[in-house]
Amino acid sequence: MNNKAKNNVVELVTEYLFTICAVIAIFAVCSITVYMILKGTPAFHSVGVLDLLFGTTWKPTAAEPEFGIFFIILTSIFGTTISVLVGVPIGLLTAVFLTEVANKKIANVVQPMVELLAAIPSVIYGLLGLMLLNPLMYQLEKKIYADSTTHQFTGGSNMISAVIVLIIMILPTVVNISASSIKAVSKDLRAASLALGASKIQTIFHVTIPAAKSGIMTGVVLGIGRALGEAMAINMVAGGSVNLPLPFNSVRFLTTQLVSEMGYAQGVHREVLFAVGLVLYIFIMLVNLVLQKMRKEASIDG
Amino acid sequence: MKNNLVKKLAVGMTALMICTSFAGCGSTDSAASDDTSSETTETTETETEESDDLSGNISLAGSTSMEKLCEALSEGFMAKYPGINVSVEYTGSSAGIESLSAGSVDIGNASRNLKDEEKTGGATENIVAIDGIALITDTENTVTNLTTEQLVSIYTGETTNWSELGGADEAIVVIGREAGSGTRGAFEELLEIEDACTYAQELDSTGAVLAKVASTPGAIGYVSLDAIDDTVTSMSLNDVAATEDTIKAGDYQLSRPFVMATMGEVTEQSELVQTWFDYINSEEGQQIVSGVGLILPE
Repeated sequence: MNNKAKNNVVELVTEYLFTICAVIAIFAVCSITVYMILKGTPAFHSVGVLDLLFGTTWKPTAAEPEFGIFFIILTSIFGTTISVLVGVPIGLLTAVFLTEVANKKIANVVQPMVELLAAIPSVIYGLLGLMLLNPLMYQLEKKIYADSTTHQFTGGSNMISAVIVLIIMILPTVVNISASSIKAVSKDLRAASLALGASKIQTIFHVTIPAAKSGIMTGVVLGIGRALGEAMAINMVAGGSVNLPLPFNSVRFLTTQLVSEMGYAQGVHREVLFAVGLVLYIFIMLVNLVLQKMRKEASIDG
Repeated sequence: MKNNLVKKLAVGMTALMICTSFAGCGSTDSAASDDTSSETTETTETETEESDDLSGNISLAGSTSMEKLCEALSEGFMAKYPGINVSVEYTGSSAGIESLSAGSVDIGNASRNLKDEEKTGGATENIVAIDGIALITDTENTVTNLTTEQLVSIYTGETTNWSELGGADEAIVVIGREAGSGTRGAFEELLEIEDACTYAQELDSTGAVLAKVASTPGAIGYVSLDAIDDTVTSMSLNDVAATEDTIKAGDYQLSRPFVMATMGEVTEQSELVQTWFDYINSEEGQQIVSGVGLILPE
């Protein structure tokens, strides 16, 4: 009897504990959203929505300041899109290799390495980019623009460097999540496909990958999230001038915009930086909403 | 079960002991460092006793570039004189001197020499520090001296190759700081190229500028004078090298005084304001000034 009562108390306490934990998470999301909106919207009033979002001149400290973040938004969109377009196929094929093609010995070596890649702090990627990638890019830049009189030489800190760093950074996310969802596909499906006379490659691309679609999509969207939200590494390799996102231009992303100017910004300049944060936040939200929708559809299909 | 509990207890106790022993270490450490500075603390003790009577407000207003200096000084000052509150507003040099003339603040901050009309208005120029900016380039570059015109044309994007300035055929990579940086503000202001610069790279710290200039052939950048090291070449401007001596002598163009102006001489000020200036001129205050990368005036 006593024991039962004790059990009941434990049940009750744990239940409350779990509820409190859940409430903390919800509270965090809600307060961040409210805070970003409260802090981010004043700039839209003081600068003007169109001037802010579609202006192309960023001169926050001039006598007549201009706060156009259009090039910065474009850079973030292009940079993320290109790195995902290149990084996802590489990551997916690596995952297929690890789970379906490679023999156990090789897989046992490669898998931990990829996992280690995910654990490396982003500043290390930035450092490597700074020391290896930028000098290489500068060599290339000098060759390509040897006769150009209008190109401003950036010393190799450009869009391509940033995209390459981003590709390497999203790889482990895509590989790990895709690999585990491919592993989770039932053996029966593969066996059925092989029994019907499909080759191994046909089975992989027509049976296994479609069956693991939901998990792969999760990996892709998390990859997009990482690429969009990465600041430290690309701050070190991208150059940081506000320019049109052309391959050999020095560029600035939404994230690096915040990182580099928050320190000394005052007044409207500071407000605009919060607006930049809000724009970034909205992008991330959109990506996540798309993910949730895709997952639902995938689970209905399945 | 019991065994487990004992184990946990043991682990907990060891953790506690490690913690306390570390804490012990910490306190002995600070005691040791106290010993070394005991002489100074003894001498200041009498002052602090006096200063206990001092209370009130000191108000400063002016230059945004002096934010770092003022924050560091007021923090140290208020720690030493808990009764005195120092408030600083960063409104810009001219606005600061105007507030001083209007009598709304005790001290007007200006990151430039006072103009003649400001001096005739009664403001006295007290230079508390000098801000020097050095030009740096990579060590391979054969051009080590620039004229002001050449420097301006590099930073406005008119000159794009070192061969135009008598150097090797190497593109110029123009590196600067991010908008809002005090160093960038001072650099552009002193050369009168505010917001006319075309930067190839805008970096957000002195260290990043140094590293990029050191590793990029043909790069040029600017940093605070105290940040220079062997990895880069310090360029001279109009044949004047950037050193503390040339800056103090006023020969080097890329420097500016940090002025804390008062109405009339410092000796005519209230006790509070005099205490403030005494603090700046004390060893502790001078250390703070050089700590934020500024040069001490003679």
